[in-house]
Amino acid sequence: MIDFLNAIVLFANFVLIPGFAYGSQLALGALGITLLYSILRFANFAHGDLMAFGTMIVILITWWLQSNGITFGPLPTALLAVPIAVAITAAFALLTDKLVYKHYREIKAPPIRMVMASVGVMFVMNGLVRFIIGPNDQNFFDGERFIIKARAFKKMTGLNEGLAIKSSQLLTVVVAIILVTLLFWFLNRTRTGKSMRAFSDNEDLALLSGISPQKVVMVTWILAAGLATIAGTLYGLDKSFKPFTYFQLLLPMFSAAVVGGVGNPVGAILGGFVVAFSEVTVTYAYKKFLTYLLPTDYAPEGLMQLLSTDYKFAVSFIILVVVLLVRPTGLLKGKVI
Amino acid sequence: MSLTSRALLGFGTMAVLLFLVGYYQSWNVMLAIFNLCLISGIMALGVNIQWGYAGLFNVGIMGFAAMGGVAAVLVSRPPVMSAWQAGGTNLLISAVVTVAVIGIAVFVARWKRSGWLKSLLMLVVIFGGYLLIRYFYDPAVNAIEADNPAKSGYLGGLGLPIIFSWVIGGLFAAGAAWFIGKVALGLRSDYLAIATLGISEILVAMMKNEDWLTRGVKNVSGLTRPVPYELALQDSPRFAEWVEWFYSGRLAGLTGAEEASLLRQLIVESSSLFVKLCYSGLFLTVLLIVLALCVYALASPWGRMVRAIRDNEVSAAAMGKNVTRRHLQIFILGSAVVGIAGAMLTTLDGQFTPSSYQPLRFTFLIWVMVIVGGSGNNLGAVLGAFLIWFIWIEAEPAGNWLMGVLTSVLDDSSELRKHLINSAQHMRLFIMGIVMLTVMRFSPGGILPESTGRK
Repeated sequence: MIDFLNAIVLFANFVLIPGFAYGSQLALGALGITLLYSILRFANFAHGDLMAFGTMIVILITWWLQSNGITFGPLPTALLAVPIAVAITAAFALLTDKLVYKHYREIKAPPIRMVMASVGVMFVMNGLVRFIIGPNDQNFFDGERFIIKARAFKKMTGLNEGLAIKSSQLLTVVVAIILVTLLFWFLNRTRTGKSMRAFSDNEDLALLSGISPQKVVMVTWILAAGLATIAGTLYGLDKSFKPFTYFQLLLPMFSAAVVGGVGNPVGAILGGFVVAFSEVTVTYAYKKFLTYLLPTDYAPEGLMQLLSTDYKFAVSFIILVVVLLVRPTGLLKGKVI
Repeated sequence: MSLTSRALLGFGTMAVLLFLVGYYQSWNVMLAIFNLCLISGIMALGVNIQWGYAGLFNVGIMGFAAMGGVAAVLVSRPPVMSAWQAGGTNLLISAVVTVAVIGIAVFVARWKRSGWLKSLLMLVVIFGGYLLIRYFYDPAVNAIEADNPAKSGYLGGLGLPIIFSWVIGGLFAAGAAWFIGKVALGLRSDYLAIATLGISEILVAMMKNEDWLTRGVKNVSGLTRPVPYELALQDSPRFAEWVEWFYSGRLAGLTGAEEASLLRQLIVESSSLFVKLCYSGLFLTVLLIVLALCVYALASPWGRMVRAIRDNEVSAAAMGKNVTRRHLQIFILGSAVVGIAGAMLTTLDGQFTPSSYQPLRFTFLIWVMVIVGGSGNNLGAVLGAFLIWFIWIEAEPAGNWLMGVLTSVLDDSSELRKHLINSAQHMRLFIMGIVMLTVMRFSPGGILPESTGRK
């Protein structure tokens, strides 16, 4: 029985809790991609780098705050920086829209042109971020690191395995829940949100009923930039900030959006968790877990890892391919395609 | 200005620029730039086939180029017999099992019945098959990688001349393209972009981690060359005679020791020039062959059909053209060309370094070349490749110099100045991105736009 509990705690510590945190981060990113997709009708390749840009601003402001001796008590100082960073990132996103995407919208260019333009924007942002903050790892977490420490948990329960919950993980989940609630309230209850949904369902009809396309597009960019900045900040607090990692997050985020059904916000959240949990469960080494569960004679020799962690992007890719092959509309029906 | 004179002007300018580099910097630098221009030209032709002819957006060029690099290793390196003995059998068994599992999975997938039984069976086949593969694969890999890891630790290759890898590299890339095309073509166009982005990241990740195949991040260096080695040339009396003859004017007035030392210096210099020239000859031949094929293909009925599909898929389909099949064909062809160029690049480098495959350098830069040069126009793609590669290389010294001048008002020890000078290299990306966006926005045709219809 004790072995069983140990196994459960082990699994929770290395799979469930990191999976929840990572899933929330992906979900926030995928929500932005899905929103942009349903309103502007193109896959935004610059989203990973938009995240990097937003996080970079957060880091810069955090450094400035710290150098002035301002901290946020037990919480990371970065949270204080987020609102300003969201505003700056949103302004930047609107600027790219005005300079780049607006033209293609006006000439009604095929979506692939917009995708290409977004690839161009991606590299501009990438260069900008590398230029300003450099290509290296940045750690900007401060405040209380753990909510439950592994050792304290062991002492409390008397189990062999410890359960550690990082404050960044809890923070991620809490912030994600608040944001998603607000977002759905906004989309379903407010006038602007409703007009956004109408615009995404049928552009012509929405225009006929007097919805201003400029406003809808603007709000969409602000929402996407805000979500991207917050998702990036949470990811950076949880792990660390590195521009290239953020670029690579693009693939899991896309998978999440496609798995859930592109253009469907609930789907994006579901997809985020599907991708995150598959990634974590497939790359986790089950050796210790099985040793607890199986009789001693059957204890496994190898690591019992399905896929090495270097291939975690393969997981999101395989999920993407399987969904494209089996159910191109995604788990919850996305509306376009 | 007509398209022909534009092309002449463009390539003429390129020639002048390269000459200036040769004259003022050194001919060695100029040839190094020129060789990479040629390779980039072939890659750009591959991308132009996909984007320019058919409007397929491939964001995974890096992966296909890397496939070519792997081919160079697998073809040219001598086989490591002890590694084959250590893990060869198990590896072959796991390969057979893989094929069998895929076969069974496809068989189950085509089974007419549907429902939970089929899904369950599929799951059992895939999961059980995976465990079975790993059962043979893991010991094989461990044995191979444990075999003299400092020097080899991999299976080696076939030990053939490296020039064959140019073809094999194309085939490898074509295989990867077939898989991706099968999955993603026929769906929305964005999905191809996402899928190619994914596959290229995975291919490069595999090359970094599958040490038994490519030595991973330990790199494979010292690939054999299709051209002579500098040291061998310097020792060859025949080459010395050539150099003496070529520089007879400069050597004329000198005597004895002076002449001998100048001759020695000239031989060393010309040996490296000669090697680079040999490469240029090979690359130029391949470029011209690919270019000719591209030009003929685009002018042929096939080319017209492909462009018709690009411009209006629905009406082309109504005319009885199989859109998905043509897309798959073009996607494979274009990727194969990129694969050939990738193999050539690794041949030129003489080493295979998986970590050098960066999406910025291999995917994005090639895209800028095609868009700036003129998508849909073969000559344009090549011209764009020459021009952009030239700027890419020469922008670094220029950028450093500019940053140095701009920051000279700051104190030498200033942190900001150091940071700015160190970051100057990242400005290249930024500028290239701006160039791409600007050309797309204001001159979508590029320098040499596509020529359509009768003139």
